[in-house]
Amino acid sequence: MVASEPEPRRAGVECTHCGLPVPAGLVEPGAVEQFCCNGCRTVYAVLHDVGLDAYYDLRESAGEAGQRARTSDRSYAEFDDPAFAALYCRAVGDGLMSVELSLEGVHCSACVWLVERVSLIIDGAVETVLDVGRSVVRVVWDPEATTLSSIARTLDSFGYPSHPRPGARSAELGRRADRALLGRMAVAGAVAANVMLMAAALYSGMFHGIEPQYVRLFGWGSFIVTLPAVFWSATVFYKGAWGAIRTRTPHMDLPISLGIIAGFLWGAYATFSSSGEIYFDSVTTLIFLLLVGRWVQRRQQHAARDAAELLYSLAPSSARIVEGEQVREVPIQAVPLAAIVEVRAGEHFPVDGIVTSGESMLDASLLTGESRPERISRGSVVHAGCVNLGSQIRMRVEQTGESTRVGKLMKRVEEAARRRAAVVALADRISGYFVAVVLVLALITLGVWWFLDPAHAVEHVVALLVVTCPCALGLATPLAVSWALGRAARAGILIKGGDVLERLAKPGLVVFDKTGTLTEGRLAMQAWEGDESLKPLVRAAESHSAHPVAAAFLRALADEPEIEVNALSQTLGGGISAQVSGRSLLIGSQAFIESHGLDVPAWMAESLACHTEAARSPVLIASDGQVGALAAFGDPLRPDAVSILRALRKLGYRVAVLSGDHPDVVRTVVRELGEPLVEAHGGVSPEAKLAWIERAQEHGPVIMVGDGVNDAAALSAAGVGIAVHGGAEASLAAADVFTTRAGVAPVVDLVLGAHRTLRVIHRNLIFSFLYNLVGVALAMAGLIGPLLAAVLMPLSSITVLTSSFRSRTFDAGRRRPSAVESNNPHPVPSPEYST
Amino acid sequence: MSVIYLLLPLALLVSTMAVAAFLWATGRGQFDDVQTPAIRMLHDDDDLAHQHAQR
Repeated sequence: MVASEPEPRRAGVECTHCGLPVPAGLVEPGAVEQFCCNGCRTVYAVLHDVGLDAYYDLRESAGEAGQRARTSDRSYAEFDDPAFAALYCRAVGDGLMSVELSLEGVHCSACVWLVERVSLIIDGAVETVLDVGRSVVRVVWDPEATTLSSIARTLDSFGYPSHPRPGARSAELGRRADRALLGRMAVAGAVAANVMLMAAALYSGMFHGIEPQYVRLFGWGSFIVTLPAVFWSATVFYKGAWGAIRTRTPHMDLPISLGIIAGFLWGAYATFSSSGEIYFDSVTTLIFLLLVGRWVQRRQQHAARDAAELLYSLAPSSARIVEGEQVREVPIQAVPLAAIVEVRAGEHFPVDGIVTSGESMLDASLLTGESRPERISRGSVVHAGCVNLGSQIRMRVEQTGESTRVGKLMKRVEEAARRRAAVVALADRISGYFVAVVLVLALITLGVWWFLDPAHAVEHVVALLVVTCPCALGLATPLAVSWALGRAARAGILIKGGDVLERLAKPGLVVFDKTGTLTEGRLAMQAWEGDESLKPLVRAAESHSAHPVAAAFLRALADEPEIEVNALSQTLGGGISAQVSGRSLLIGSQAFIESHGLDVPAWMAESLACHTEAARSPVLIASDGQVGALAAFGDPLRPDAVSILRALRKLGYRVAVLSGDHPDVVRTVVRELGEPLVEAHGGVSPEAKLAWIERAQEHGPVIMVGDGVNDAAALSAAGVGIAVHGGAEASLAAADVFTTRAGVAPVVDLVLGAHRTLRVIHRNLIFSFLYNLVGVALAMAGLIGPLLAAVLMPLSSITVLTSSFRSRTFDAGRRRPSAVESNNPHPVPSPEYST
Repeated sequence: MSVIYLLLPLALLVSTMAVAAFLWATGRGQFDDVQTPAIRMLHDDDDLAHQHAQR
């Protein structure tokens, strides 16, 4: 069977074809190609003979062959804490406990096999059931026999680090609602099919004659079968309609309910009085199709939410508390104040506090937008959500949970989201007028026919109400939207709700955060001036440092040859001195170099000033007492940033930059962009961002693009909040849209896709309107019987369905020329999608 | 034609049973995850029998 964890590489000979170790007896001395079996030898020979040796090179470069499963070596001790159990686990009877964990690294069927075998390996693990689509495993275990942490460690050793799921309870409620909707849909479907069969008998009776007792039988049969659809399946629409009446906001459910109830009441009257026509087939088909539309839309929105939740749950959920000599892992929610917490290099700070020991560098870019790392030492204040870049430190806990700076920001996120005015969807807005028009027409019909033919007046009114029931509207809009959401997801854009598309399509103001969106969000070497021959030496010296500048050096100088380092010493926040191939090297800030008694040469002073003015950090390199070169570091613009801004402006959007980074840095970025911006501000606090966005909202639609915790409140206040790939969890939770591709290119795709989706919806509305026009005319003329209604209804639905499915809303690969793109002479660079 | 008086209720009874079965399956969560079971059925289930015995 397949195992996702590759065989550990043992010392010895590897098979040329499959990479597995070759048994000692089969090793051919002296041969370059070695094989573990005849099968591999044959396959190799075949590939070699037809000249497909490149396969082996490709395999190497793809890194697939040697890729090891990602394990984390965590102890998962916090999973056994009583506080953890209270938060995430629940008892399922027989002394068993159950919990849902999000897993990293779940891809395929082998994962299902492997994860579900865990319950067989560990005594006391009763059940480990994996849901591949959501990457969630449900673990049922016996606390008497084993611990959750040992199950988690086993999963980890297979390459599936696990995380508790914060939203497990609300997900349970959502699942129950899903089941209920599916049930309603099933009943409505069965009812519609059966009523249709009986209606077919009645219709053929119309043409060929039918005895009255059979008409009665089919009438009563249809009536009885229709009851569950009207009184159970369709209640979702009545609830929506009642809510619409109470809040006086137009909603699609209102005309739908009106049509259903009118059709059913008339049909019931006709059945009881054995006179007139029944509309049960139209009514039940309507209910079924509308429920299908609802269900499809729900599924699609769930997919995006699940993906967001998965990312969200990967956030650190535990902190290491130091108690005397012992270090204990506890859930973040159970960290007491004034405790000492240990934070290792590369980890997020779990709480707000004060550093008690250790020195390190702090990356606060997600929290504040500040792109340059900050130096921290004993006594420095650190905030939850920042990243510890340097080395291990210990801190005293000052604030936890909601009272941390991040916690307070998240409170503001919720408030901002509540304050945001609800945007009434286009279809709902229209349905308001729709109801009014239909009711007026119905009254006119009633009035006119009352004089002409009182016996049939009510019948004609009912025909009008049934035929105008906005089936096409209620079905086509959700389908067009969920179709678009599905396609967007495949293009790496996850949209949490369909109404977002509508809000996106209106040109307005696009506000970008700087760090991590327009720029890379990490330091990079942007210039090197002076002696090129120092580069390999610098690379060698920097390869032993964890400092972000060192990392940037290594990325920039990756092509330089490797050299041994003889001696190395590092001054935190200053620089490095090293002995490399017999030369003594000093790398560091101007102050660091000058403190070693060296002078900056005259030619360098000018470029130093130039770089400082451009808000780049200069690093000087001296060898053997001579300052020889200068490297400048900064957060570089993404290569596509300029073309993206240009494309957005061509589409009629205005662009602004709002950053928490230093105003000088923002000025430099704006200069490099070279695009006219509405406004550009630096040094903006999260609170000021929120206020700015709310003010801008008053003048028109605002789209906010950001990645940090500092953007979260602004993201949720903006008309549409877009969180870009690699951002903080808080911004994911707050945003309406998040992208799984790096960069801001998805923003343009998103806007274009929204335009196309809206066009499809408009087209559907026009179709629907035309059908209704014809229907109303016929009904008012008294020409529509139930048969014509039964034909018109599905016909209109099919038209709009076809129109929805044929649309290519997010299909970037095969774009059709459109009005939006034709006035865009610079095609938007968009990476290939893997659809 | 009077056989329709028997056939119609009978047909409705059959479809009621089908709907009831579907509702039962929905309530038990059989449609919560429609992706994994398709994969799971491909695995040898000799040791899954052991898993079921434990339940």
